[in-house]
Amino acid sequence: MAAIKITTPLTDEVIEQLHAGDNVLITGTIYVGRDAAHKRLVAALDAGEELPFDPRGQIIYYMGPSPARPGRPIGSAGPTTSYRMDPYAPRLLEVGLKGMIGKGNRSQPVREAMQKYKAVYFAAIGGAAALIANSIKEAEVIAYPDLGAEALRRLRVEDFPAVVVNDIYGNDAYEMGKAQYREVDG
Amino acid sequence: MREINVDTITDEVARLCIEACYYLGDDVLAALKKARANEPSPVGQAVLDQILQNAEIASRGELPLCQDTGLTVVFLELGQEVHIVGGSLYEAIQAGVRKGYKEGYLRKSVVEKPFSARINTGDNTPAVIHTEIVPGDRLKITVAPKGGGSENMSYLRMFSPAAGRQGIIDWVVECVDKSGANPCPPIIVGVGIGGTIERTTLIAKKALLRPVGQPHPDPEVAEMEAEILERVNKLGIGPQGLGGRTTALAVHVETFPCHIASMPAAVNIQCHSARHKEVVI
Repeated sequence: MAAIKITTPLTDEVIEQLHAGDNVLITGTIYVGRDAAHKRLVAALDAGEELPFDPRGQIIYYMGPSPARPGRPIGSAGPTTSYRMDPYAPRLLEVGLKGMIGKGNRSQPVREAMQKYKAVYFAAIGGAAALIANSIKEAEVIAYPDLGAEALRRLRVEDFPAVVVNDIYGNDAYEMGKAQYREVDG
Repeated sequence: MREINVDTITDEVARLCIEACYYLGDDVLAALKKARANEPSPVGQAVLDQILQNAEIASRGELPLCQDTGLTVVFLELGQEVHIVGGSLYEAIQAGVRKGYKEGYLRKSVVEKPFSARINTGDNTPAVIHTEIVPGDRLKITVAPKGGGSENMSYLRMFSPAAGRQGIIDWVVECVDKSGANPCPPIIVGVGIGGTIERTTLIAKKALLRPVGQPHPDPEVAEMEAEILERVNKLGIGPQGLGGRTTALAVHVETFPCHIASMPAAVNIQCHSARHKEVVI
């Protein structure tokens, strides 16, 4: 299956063309945050403060890299499991976030919020972290440096490989894939 | 008494941390290649190809296999004729972890104050150390970095003995099913049966150290492993949960005698980045 090339920021027109199971190659700026950064982002929203970046049209990648060796922008950089960000994700979608990259299932409220606010959830291959690192050209910490591997980062990526898991039409690539190969009841 | 200096232990632990995180074992690679040959799902095949390609890139020694270089679990088999000299054994191991994670550019993924401030300890210590005293004058050290994504998919159940073999098999399959894509399939399923609450979880984890797919020496247990594996691979989860027949590369079961009233069982899941290295000093 040929991959669909997309660039950030994501527009509604692009989002509407993406379907669960599509392979995509993402180019442009993406943001990186995981558990601790999400907690702070949502705390900032609750307090009515401005976020360290404008989330509108942007993608957040759930990831905490290994340290960069000299001469490299980043270390290994594969996705972390997404469900831990489920309690925070709807708030970020509400303020304009358009994409999330991680691995594993999302909760029903997150899936509903994706449909409501027109956003997609992508999966990157967990454990293919060295391979993924090659698509990351620049990386910088933009907030929460005290969190170390969990700091908020901005990346410039070229042809970052991912799969659409949840589209705005309510489809889920995990459910579709499992149904195709499942040989048990229930 | 044979003497082993703590400095040797520190250096060896540091080396094992780095090697485990960059070089996937031959047994895991062979199992992944076999899975690739048998996987009918095109998406599954593509995922397995990328996992193998990733292992090749990591083996060049610049980028670890996975950014999650784990909480470091260390298993010691300490010969009772060994005399550790020059300092504390456990401090030497923690120093080795500190050194390995720094020099190997490995991620520091450990926080203290787990339910409150969650402050990163900055050097990936403390490692979790399991010590067994054995006959002889050698020290065997196994370093097994364990990622959070697969460790979170762990289960414990205190069965009534009446549940029997079938009760455990059905439950293990259910555990794998509900874990779905979260623990980064294809996985290795470690199962502990028997013992006490802490023993059953420990043998479930130790089961993950066995070479991938090597059956248990007891035919009754080996048969159970094969049956669980077959059922797990019919779940359809597949590589990375995107559908396919390779949900698990292997199921390893370990057992221990237990109380007449009990039948504890534990499941500890290992992602495809199944990392562990050992040395005998």
